[in-house]
Amino acid sequence: MATLQGQRVFPKVRIGVPLLALIWLAVTTMPFFFVLLTSLKTQEETFSAPVWALPSSLYFGNYLAVLRGPYLRYFGNSVFVVGVSVLLIVLFSAMAAYVFARMRFKLNKTLFGLVVAGMIVPLHATLVPIYLLTRNLGLYDTQFALLGPYVALSLPISIFILTEFMRHIPKELEEAAQLDGCGPFAVFWKVFLPLSGPGLATVAIYNGIGLWNEFIFAYMLTSTPAHRTLPLAVWDFQGQYSSNIPAMLAVVTMTSLPLIVAYGFGQERVIKGMMAGSLKG
Amino acid sequence: MNIALSAVSARRARISSQWLVIAAFLAPALVLLAVFMLYPLVSSVRLSFVDWNGLGNNAKFTGLTNWINLAHDAVFWQAFGNNVILAVTSVVIELPIALVLAVLLEKAGRGSRILKILYFLPLLMSSVAIGVLFKNVYDPNFGPLNVGLRAMGLDVLAQDWLGDRRFSLASTIAVICWQNVPFYMILFLAGLSSMSPELYEAAVLDGASEWTIFWRIKLPHLQGTVRTAVLLSVLGSLRYFDLIYVMTGGGPENSSELMATYMYRSVFSSFQLGYGSTIGTAMFIIVFAVAMVAMRMTRRYATEV
Repeated sequence: MATLQGQRVFPKVRIGVPLLALIWLAVTTMPFFFVLLTSLKTQEETFSAPVWALPSSLYFGNYLAVLRGPYLRYFGNSVFVVGVSVLLIVLFSAMAAYVFARMRFKLNKTLFGLVVAGMIVPLHATLVPIYLLTRNLGLYDTQFALLGPYVALSLPISIFILTEFMRHIPKELEEAAQLDGCGPFAVFWKVFLPLSGPGLATVAIYNGIGLWNEFIFAYMLTSTPAHRTLPLAVWDFQGQYSSNIPAMLAVVTMTSLPLIVAYGFGQERVIKGMMAGSLKG
Repeated sequence: MNIALSAVSARRARISSQWLVIAAFLAPALVLLAVFMLYPLVSSVRLSFVDWNGLGNNAKFTGLTNWINLAHDAVFWQAFGNNVILAVTSVVIELPIALVLAVLLEKAGRGSRILKILYFLPLLMSSVAIGVLFKNVYDPNFGPLNVGLRAMGLDVLAQDWLGDRRFSLASTIAVICWQNVPFYMILFLAGLSSMSPELYEAAVLDGASEWTIFWRIKLPHLQGTVRTAVLLSVLGSLRYFDLIYVMTGGGPENSSELMATYMYRSVFSSFQLGYGSTIGTAMFIIVFAVAMVAMRMTRRYATEV
């Protein structure tokens, strides 16, 4: 009876809400359809036929042209840079989080506060000095140029997430391991690391997505396709193909595809990772 | 006696070994943070007092000149104003849309799975890809936006969205919203998931409508999450760079300039490393001040409630 009343009083809400869901669905997905459709057209067709028309025949020439270019090089660089960065982020932040969550010492809170304050530092204030530093270290335009900044800038939030996580690991497990003769290193390696699995996954996913798409450091610290990552592929092709719209949109598809495919294999895991990461961010 | 002595030395050994462990575990993280975060921040402040083109050793100490120039730089203030506009629109447009979508997804239960998966997609794309994509959408001649408007007979509304200084900022902000809404939606979903279902069920039994439940139960429950979201979107807007740089480069005529794009161009196009660092340091000070004020405010708020 009561719920019926609710329905009668607020019919607008009941229609309006699903409508909004559909509108946002269109807003989100239409650009993807536009990219996909256009990238399968020939250049002449984009000028002659209306934008929303289906391609008269599926034309894969744009994709072949992209693959023949240095696309795979960019892709390989991305895999290397993001892979190594995420590995180091997970390891280093887990080590630091273990200390912050479990060791008692005077500076614990102060140090933790300082590290966490790093989350609000705007990257752009660090750009010029990092550029100069990278140049002086002889790392400019190498595969290693991005590792330092990527790992360092991801550490504050990762340490924050993992410290929270490790605080909830029961003390008894640690004590049991110590009674078995485990030193602090063994306790970390055999107890804390395995038990932090979900936290480590969150850190890896959250930072992995962010770094895979990172633009400004990659743009500033590398200059040749041999050492640039995927987001820069779009940027570089944009210069080359500025008049060839379908080819450019084929590049957009190709650079977005790896993450979307990965997402296809584990949407729930990725969404959960982002949820946990965003709450802490 | 002997026993006591050995106990003391054992304790000392344990303490010093504990310090060793702490140092060993913290070292990698702290060293990296010192080199790639602390040092750059300090160095940036130092460079802000210098006139230098970035090449050779001809850096000249110029005292406060850069800072005085910055205070009188109309472009910087316009950029700052644009950052503020971006911050306000993010809070006023992105967050309500994200909140409504989150409540909707949460309520729809299992049927919402596919919607959630699709809504999430923009988060997986790089800003460059999104920027290039929407540059094409906005293309004055061939872009679907203008083609669609003309098809509906609304030729008057078809504009040069990115090339006209009246629309460039609004057009880029719209894309920034497209990019960011899913992030805040996920954030609110995370906040909603911690709400106890009993509370909701009790309210339904008491005859509360969806509308009342939203305003009286869900929104108060999300209070903390909303505060986090506001803080994140304000700080994010003050340091925003990517999409604007890709789509307009801050132009035309600085109409969509942000502090970060202005800084980047000062350094890498005009080769004014000193002045660029001044802009960067100013950004840092502004972001830091806003964060401090926000944290103080939320702390006071938290103790009051």
